[in-house]
Amino acid sequence: MTARLDSRSRLRLLAGGLLGAIVLALSIVAIFWTPLDPNRLDVLHRLNAPDIRNLFGTDEFGRDVLSRAMTGGTTSLTVAILTVAAAIAVGSTIGFLTGFFRGWTDRLVMILNDTLLAFPGILLALGLSAVMGPRKYGTVLALSVAYTPKVMRVVRGTVMSLREREYIEASRALGNGPVYTLVRHIVPNAVAPIAVLATAMFGWAILMESALSFLGLGVPPPAATWGNMLATARPYLTSAPWLSVIPGMLIAATLLSVNLLGDSLRDWLDPRM
Amino acid sequence: MIGFVIKRILGAIPTVLLVSITVFLLIRSIPGDPAEIMLGEAADPASIAAFRAELGLDKPLPVQFVLWAKHVLHGDLGQSIFLNQPVASLVWQRLLLSASIILIAVGIATVIAVAAGLFAAWQQDKLGDIAVVTVATFGLSLPSFWIGLLLLLVFGIKFGWLPVVGYVSFSDDPSRAWQYLVLPVATLVIVEVGVLTRMARASAVEVLRLEYITHARAKGLSEFAVLFRHALPNAFAPTLTMVGLVIGTLLGGIAVVETVFTLPGLGRLIVEAIYARDYPVVQGCLLVIAIAYVLVNLVVDLLYPIFDPRIALE
Repeated sequence: MTARLDSRSRLRLLAGGLLGAIVLALSIVAIFWTPLDPNRLDVLHRLNAPDIRNLFGTDEFGRDVLSRAMTGGTTSLTVAILTVAAAIAVGSTIGFLTGFFRGWTDRLVMILNDTLLAFPGILLALGLSAVMGPRKYGTVLALSVAYTPKVMRVVRGTVMSLREREYIEASRALGNGPVYTLVRHIVPNAVAPIAVLATAMFGWAILMESALSFLGLGVPPPAATWGNMLATARPYLTSAPWLSVIPGMLIAATLLSVNLLGDSLRDWLDPRM
Repeated sequence: MIGFVIKRILGAIPTVLLVSITVFLLIRSIPGDPAEIMLGEAADPASIAAFRAELGLDKPLPVQFVLWAKHVLHGDLGQSIFLNQPVASLVWQRLLLSASIILIAVGIATVIAVAAGLFAAWQQDKLGDIAVVTVATFGLSLPSFWIGLLLLLVFGIKFGWLPVVGYVSFSDDPSRAWQYLVLPVATLVIVEVGVLTRMARASAVEVLRLEYITHARAKGLSEFAVLFRHALPNAFAPTLTMVGLVIGTLLGGIAVVETVFTLPGLGRLIVEAIYARDYPVVQGCLLVIAIAYVLVNLVVDLLYPIFDPRIALE
């Protein structure tokens, strides 16, 4: 069902890929190397405007904003990747099983699922992070719990429409067991909608993690994230505006890249949309 | 139609019940003894035990829930530990501010989005369409707290047109109160108009392909009449669902915007209560926001048949 991309889609793919590659490269490099130590305090160079030594300036403790933005990227991307992986793994496993086998477990799980979906995702994450306190992996857990119900619903819906298809009936008629049919015929056909969902969720996870960190309920300091860098920038809006501009630009660049890539992926997988 | 309305309203009751149970269990799952947390580590065991009894913590969990639910139904959400006020009145005051910002912003964003979406669909694949879609995709990628900071930087600090910190309520000074709401509302409009525009465009594109539109054009109707009289009502229904989702997201996410603009809304209240471990307030806020979201979706469901009468017939 894949299609060749038209020129607009290709442009989107190129722009999204390029932006994503820049952010990803900065974040990966930051694991091994940053221009300066992101946590080193330097009182003599507090709130320095961008110059040759500190390309993005320094913050209220004299820390290098570029280095912090790079490690912040590592943290944000790690949290988002773990969140999406956990939500997809748990949500699609439950979705495949309940959608395929139905029965009373399906009904029970659906009630629980619909209840969780009745909460705005960020509110659930906010409540859960209140329960767990600010921790890096607490954020991952809160966000994945908030997103698992969405995955489950999409996967279950897909499975339920797939299992009525004729080729599934054919597989059964051939005497294949239900597990074989599920794994061999249903799972591969559900990959496309899951991939589209995962891309969108990756963007949401980046945004939610930044929002939670901005509120002081996400990844705790001194670890840098784009969200908590913006939170501390507020009082220095007049004296050091670069503190407010740079982390937000990185969040926006990441989200734009994810949205552009997501649109291209959807065009490629399902040209009718 | 009346049957549909009653069915939808009754259908929301189990959801509200399950949502309440979830909020109750969530707060109960906070590690540690709530009485001990509230009184502090220095409290003596006797007063902790007395406080536990007062809160009903010595009873089994289902009994606790029923007691709590009974109070909630009487409009009693408990007492804030740090602000020494009933949670219900606290939440109500703050909700008014947050809800007015959200509703004004979503109203403006919807009008812009529907106009832009309709225009883009009409111009499909031409320059106007590409421009609208590009701008909308950019808008979709902007975090509200960043846009808020940038707006403050430009209109608050650079031009000095609008206040940077604080809040004056409408009851105190209506002539100044609106100045504090312009930037928060603008922020939410910028952040949400993208997603609404994309939705409005997608559904308008679908509708404009249909035969009744060709028929309307063949009758010699003006393009304006075709778009607004014939296409708009049908194209609006899916956008309305998205409006409900957006209001839900904003109800949960308003805290970040209220933090940027130092507004005393519901979002700020919940975040401050989480910091202060003021769990009755956290619980009250979670419950009110979750139920508000259920109600918003209910209203969307009830409005839907006005735009798409087929729904009520099913």
